[in-house]
Amino acid sequence: MRATRMRATRLVAAGAVAALMIGAAGCAESDRDGGDEGSSASGGTFIFAGAGDPKNFDPIFNDDGESFRPIRQIYDTLVTHKPGTAELVGGLAESWENDPSGKVWTFKLRQGVKFHDGTPLDAAAVCANFDRWYNMKGEAAQSQMIYYTDVFGGFAGNPDALYDNCKAQDPSTAVLTLKRYKGAFPGAFALTAFSIASPEAMKKYDANTVTQNGDSFSYSAFANEHPTGTGAFVFGGWNKSTGEITLNKNPDFWGDKAKVDKMIIKIIKDENTRKQELRAGTVQAIDFPAPADRKALAGEGYKVLDRPAFNILYLGINQKNNPKLKDFRVRQAIAYALNRAQLVQTKGPGGAKVADQFLPDTVVGYAGDVQKYEYDVNKAKQLLSEAGATGLTLNFYYPTEVSRPYMPNPQEIFTVLANDLQAAGIKVNGVPRPWNGGFKDDVQQFGKHDLHMLGWTGDYNDPGNFVGTFFGRAKAEFGDDAMTDMFDAIGKADATVDPAGKKAAFEQVNRDLAAKWLPAVPIWHAPPALATAKNVEGLVPSPLTAEEFNTVSLTK
Amino acid sequence: MVRVISRRLIQLVVTLVALTTLVFFWLRSLPGGPVDALLGERATPQTRELLTRALGYDQPIWVQYGRFLKNVVTGNFGNSIRTGEPVTEVISRSFPATVELALAAIIIAIGLGVPLGYLAARYRGRLLDNATIIVTLIGISIPIFFLGYLLKDWLTQGVHVFPPSGRISTGTNNTEVTGFFVLDGLLTRELDASADALWHLVLPAVTLATIPLAIIVRITRASVLDVLDEDYIRTADAKGLRSPTIRKRHVLRNALLPVVTIIGLQTGALLAGAVLTEKVYNWGGLGTLITDSISGSRDYPVLQALILLAAAVFVVVNLIVDLSYAIIDPRVRVR
Repeated sequence: MRATRMRATRLVAAGAVAALMIGAAGCAESDRDGGDEGSSASGGTFIFAGAGDPKNFDPIFNDDGESFRPIRQIYDTLVTHKPGTAELVGGLAESWENDPSGKVWTFKLRQGVKFHDGTPLDAAAVCANFDRWYNMKGEAAQSQMIYYTDVFGGFAGNPDALYDNCKAQDPSTAVLTLKRYKGAFPGAFALTAFSIASPEAMKKYDANTVTQNGDSFSYSAFANEHPTGTGAFVFGGWNKSTGEITLNKNPDFWGDKAKVDKMIIKIIKDENTRKQELRAGTVQAIDFPAPADRKALAGEGYKVLDRPAFNILYLGINQKNNPKLKDFRVRQAIAYALNRAQLVQTKGPGGAKVADQFLPDTVVGYAGDVQKYEYDVNKAKQLLSEAGATGLTLNFYYPTEVSRPYMPNPQEIFTVLANDLQAAGIKVNGVPRPWNGGFKDDVQQFGKHDLHMLGWTGDYNDPGNFVGTFFGRAKAEFGDDAMTDMFDAIGKADATVDPAGKKAAFEQVNRDLAAKWLPAVPIWHAPPALATAKNVEGLVPSPLTAEEFNTVSLTK
Repeated sequence: MVRVISRRLIQLVVTLVALTTLVFFWLRSLPGGPVDALLGERATPQTRELLTRALGYDQPIWVQYGRFLKNVVTGNFGNSIRTGEPVTEVISRSFPATVELALAAIIIAIGLGVPLGYLAARYRGRLLDNATIIVTLIGISIPIFFLGYLLKDWLTQGVHVFPPSGRISTGTNNTEVTGFFVLDGLLTRELDASADALWHLVLPAVTLATIPLAIIVRITRASVLDVLDEDYIRTADAKGLRSPTIRKRHVLRNALLPVVTIIGLQTGALLAGAVLTEKVYNWGGLGTLITDSISGSRDYPVLQALILLAAAVFVVVNLIVDLSYAIIDPRVRVR
């Protein structure tokens, strides 16, 4: 009797599982059918696979690409970039100008723009944002405002703070006064961190309350649940269990309204899985396909879209630990020893090109006539011998457990560079360090290395954001404390208000970097890619990885 | 029985205190840290200093440890460095995902492993036995992530039998009640969501089940062979008992003891396996949380709580194993 009952139970259980499985298969089928029905010239749901979690949706507390992707769809900045380029164009401000002192910026705002909560965008709202940032209280909150500290120097009470005041001259004119000129503007006004949010919503959802709890912070309801901007998409929710951020079309958007009804950003951290999801048709676009997959995907009919390269990979030289590296000839020898053209060909992602200066050619101040270091191993040997540096041994630090847009495969790049250096007679002692587990500390804080690989993706179109960031002041990374000529020249170029003068000054800086200083060797500019399904139209890749998805449509 | 349980509970507390201390100091001895991870490449030294102060990392390590202990005792594990949410919330969201996956895997492993092992022993030396030995050897040797990618390549690409990753199709309407998606769908009568979640569960569960399945098959087989050689089986046989009765009452029951032990020990292996399986299938459970918390942001609060949780689960599962001994083998009760 007992045995019979058990057998019956087993049968029922097995039947239930089988039924569910059949149901599941049926459901899968119907899901795919549904997906096909949804694809038409407009409307439908566009699913984009991102590579990481966002932090939250309050622009000012963020500095990473994964947070900025949804934020860019929800908010707008005063100044923005022409799609597909790093060229500045009007955003919420139709036009902008600064006075001859370079300290006063006047923004003429677009008319009739409304925040998602229905409140109007006017000069008072713009100033409320600037005032909020400057007056942010509490170390917890301030420590999270990376871009604000970097660009605006500090907060109320700090003598280094750049901000003076913001006045609403009339509802459509906001006047921002700074304490001194800064070369980063107007480019920096286009930073996503400086997006304009609804003052009403920020007040209602307590945006400024960032509290510390134990080892970390908690953010407000505004940052997590009610981000309110003027963008083409309205925040629809973040399901953390499934890793999906939903954005709904904003029917009242001031610009070109979104063509799809809904956009979902699905977080898939593994690049191989992103590719498989694209192939399975469960997502329509993926970020950062692996360089090795690009050809295969393109061959299968997927669109591989290159973002114009707005980054740089360099071989850093630390002059502190090995006195030989202070000798310009030794640094030149290192540059001649590297077969960068071959590296680009064998290890570079598609579309990568050899760099001869530390900024891409789309940035103001790029000079066409800098000294180039073509691969010449004999010249390298000769220079080393002249400098009395034969048999030189160098500790070469490189990161592990990381892939950056400018450096998709650090270990492989290291191997090639190290071989080149050894061929020229420089002994290389490779030191691998986990990215967050020592590499950044050892290189940027403690300067333990002689050589290292690192790079940068530009934030906005300004030469100071590239060469200024690297070589504008003494840094442990380069151990170059004595290169005051270089610091002064960059400082002067950055402080030039007149645009033509600034351009000329930075061109000279770039010439001198190659011919006189060579604190590092530029390696390559590598375009990070996007890949989309065949039916995705209108996605314009941005050099700043700042894609706007309102132009995207799905065709049959 | 009460003594067994209370002794185990004391063991649990001692283990947790020791582990907590160890983990706290170990994490802080690692190069790099949350400040580094949180700041990225763009931070100025000024910001670094501000954040170090805001997080309290400028204080002596003993002060930090004292603050941590006080928080743990009051049940406050702090907020995740990565997401800013309370740690308990982060973990309770990921926990059901992993338990759902591990349960499915263990059901597959036991459901297939015990009968297969038994049959292999019963038909010792025959084709089924040999095939089982070879297949289980492959099962044990094949790295989980490799198998995962292989299964995905075969069954999700081109033929689209299963979805490549995730717990549920993007955009599916599912109401969360318990966090177990298959169960939630049944509870809220969203049967489509439930079936969809089950459909997503198949490949990861099969992947995760491989190693425990292979081990269970082998242990069951060996154990059944041992029991079959025992005198009491021969006696039962000689007494003329029907062989299904011997199989069920004497062979299987006695052979199950080592199998139950292995299932207990495999819980740890399941958690470790989940780290890889979840990565391959973008599963979003504790395994993903562990990797994100170590490599991404050095998320100390989450890591500390996770290690405590893992230790607690391990001790509790082994307690359950010990108790089930007592049920299967009355001699244990007497001891």
